[in-house]
Amino acid sequence: MSILVDKETRVVVQGFTGSQATLHSEQAIEYGTNIVGGITPGKGGQTHLGKPVFDTMEEAKKSVNPNASLIFVPAPFCKDSILEAAESGIELIICITEGVPTLDMLDVKKRVDELGVTLIGPNCPGLITPGEAKLGIMPASIHVPGSVGIISRSGTLTYEAVKQTTDIGLGQSSCVGIGGDPIPGSSFIDILKLFQEDPQTEAIVMVGEIGGTAEEDAAEYIKQNITKPVVSYIAGQTAPEGKRMGHAGAIIAGGKGTAADKIKKLKECGVHVADSLVDIGSKVSEVLSKN
Amino acid sequence: MNLHEFQGKALFAEYDLPVSTGKVIYEAEDALKACRDVGGSKWVVKAQVHAGGRGKSGGVKLVDSPDDAIEFAKSWLGKRLITYQTDSNGQLVNSILIEECTDIAKELYLSAVIDRDSQRVVFIGSSEGGVNIEEVAKKTPEKIIYEAIDPLCGAQPFQARKISKVLGLNAEQTKQFTPMLQNLMKLFVEKDLSLLEINPLVITNGGNLHCLDAKVNIDSNAIFRQPEIAEMHDASQEDPREAEAAKNDLSYVSLDGNIGCMVNGAGLAMGTMDTIKFFGGNPANFLDVGGTATQERVSKAFKIILDDPEVKVVLVNIFGGIVRCDLIAEGVLAAIEEVGVEIPVVVRLEGNNADIGSEILSRAVIKIESINNLADAAKKAVELAK
Repeated sequence: MSILVDKETRVVVQGFTGSQATLHSEQAIEYGTNIVGGITPGKGGQTHLGKPVFDTMEEAKKSVNPNASLIFVPAPFCKDSILEAAESGIELIICITEGVPTLDMLDVKKRVDELGVTLIGPNCPGLITPGEAKLGIMPASIHVPGSVGIISRSGTLTYEAVKQTTDIGLGQSSCVGIGGDPIPGSSFIDILKLFQEDPQTEAIVMVGEIGGTAEEDAAEYIKQNITKPVVSYIAGQTAPEGKRMGHAGAIIAGGKGTAADKIKKLKECGVHVADSLVDIGSKVSEVLSKN
Repeated sequence: MNLHEFQGKALFAEYDLPVSTGKVIYEAEDALKACRDVGGSKWVVKAQVHAGGRGKSGGVKLVDSPDDAIEFAKSWLGKRLITYQTDSNGQLVNSILIEECTDIAKELYLSAVIDRDSQRVVFIGSSEGGVNIEEVAKKTPEKIIYEAIDPLCGAQPFQARKISKVLGLNAEQTKQFTPMLQNLMKLFVEKDLSLLEINPLVITNGGNLHCLDAKVNIDSNAIFRQPEIAEMHDASQEDPREAEAAKNDLSYVSLDGNIGCMVNGAGLAMGTMDTIKFFGGNPANFLDVGGTATQERVSKAFKIILDDPEVKVVLVNIFGGIVRCDLIAEGVLAAIEEVGVEIPVVVRLEGNNADIGSEILSRAVIKIESINNLADAAKKAVELAK
């Protein structure tokens, strides 16, 4: 078992023929991901990486019946692409693209919620179920199938957590990068819920960062609903107030969103907080050996 | 991206919002003409910088002669204004706004932000204006209203009436406030704002609503479709190294430590800073070279880090996902040759082609500490910085 994706997931890639999409689709296919085609308006009828290219999602839907979409289109066009996928009946949409205008996301989020579609991202590394399917830009080699579910707001920081859980011999059930934007398609809570229900997942690692209150909300949810052990790390403990640290969402504003507040709340709610980035793996081992 | 007050007010005027007549000047001698153009016998002169708290720091003055306006302009243009919102260097004043004087019967507060929790644009209003709103929120939360606007419906008159109640407006002012709220929402959406603040929104002695200040931030992700606003960008208000980094698609924030950091990914960059601190060191900066770091960008990043005279050691932390560590290593070597690095460099490469990367680094003309465990690399950097 795993969450969201497995070998059977039928994936289309939006913006399929672009350079980034090509690079990552190639790696995904090599990994065993069931990519059934792609969409690039104006290039319908062509074949790319041995898969059919369509002009519209509707055509793709009829011809190859995908249930998931992976989006690499440039930021100005993401709103359109996400809505096209959502309106065409795609159940899972993963938007890798960075730099989507926040107001576009307000509209998109409202619509995908109405349609009951799961959106991951934008501005995220995507998701992987080790040994089954890779829908994203993460390096495949650091992942091994296993028992830890990983959720993170950051890309390379996710890899760090993955590497550490691989090194201690536990591996991962699935890893989800929810992205560093202020309005993400899925929250920590959405993914925590799925890991709680997944029998393969024995422990959860939640990697957060400064800005907003997503971690505090997740902490409260964990206290009420999650029975599996959760280990957390919060990045940005040394970040100054009022400075945006790369991610559009990572900013301490009006004294809110500090790492100290988040860590305090997480600890109060029974989450095991790793003191430093390099201690995530050992913290997971420690917690699992106690259980 | 931040705008100056005069730029924000120009946008307000475009959307029929009540702002003072004003002129912006860049040379002190233009103050006389500006005062005449604005008219009247009293003026408010305001130093334009991207920071609040200007009044308390002497950056805003009421004058009753054009000569005083000229004096004020002379005393501030080219100088740096330090307020509680700036760092100790302050912000460069390169323009002054000269406005007609507005009489004030009462000061209110109004702002709009993109709220992450409700995933809506939320207006925040309070009967307590001209003061720090966070203080009001703490001490008298009942004096603040938060009203979320549906993205599809836009701001409705009933919402304006709700906010009016908390602001304490009378019937006539409520009538003025309704189109005002709707126009502010239109401005927010059409110009891709991320924040809008009017502090204070005032009631004049004549009983009319008037926007005395205008703080406007634009969503930097949306600048591509706001060419007119892109033109308003004032690079002098930014840290020169941060501006230089932004030009090269690098995300850089200067800090006050002595360990320069170069990392791929914003989260890992913050995590690296934290790790340095955890082992007793002090990071000199946040620097994200991005997911598609190339040799040129690595080179540029090195230059920016080394431009900070405080930096005693550079820690490079790359987790190669998309990026190949061998390319990063080549970039580090090229940068060292090009820039002439004389301080110690600690490099941690992990992921994609990390072995080849370490091999390449061993060819460097200076000694590079190549350590593939982050904890050890951070400890080494801290030790070398002492």
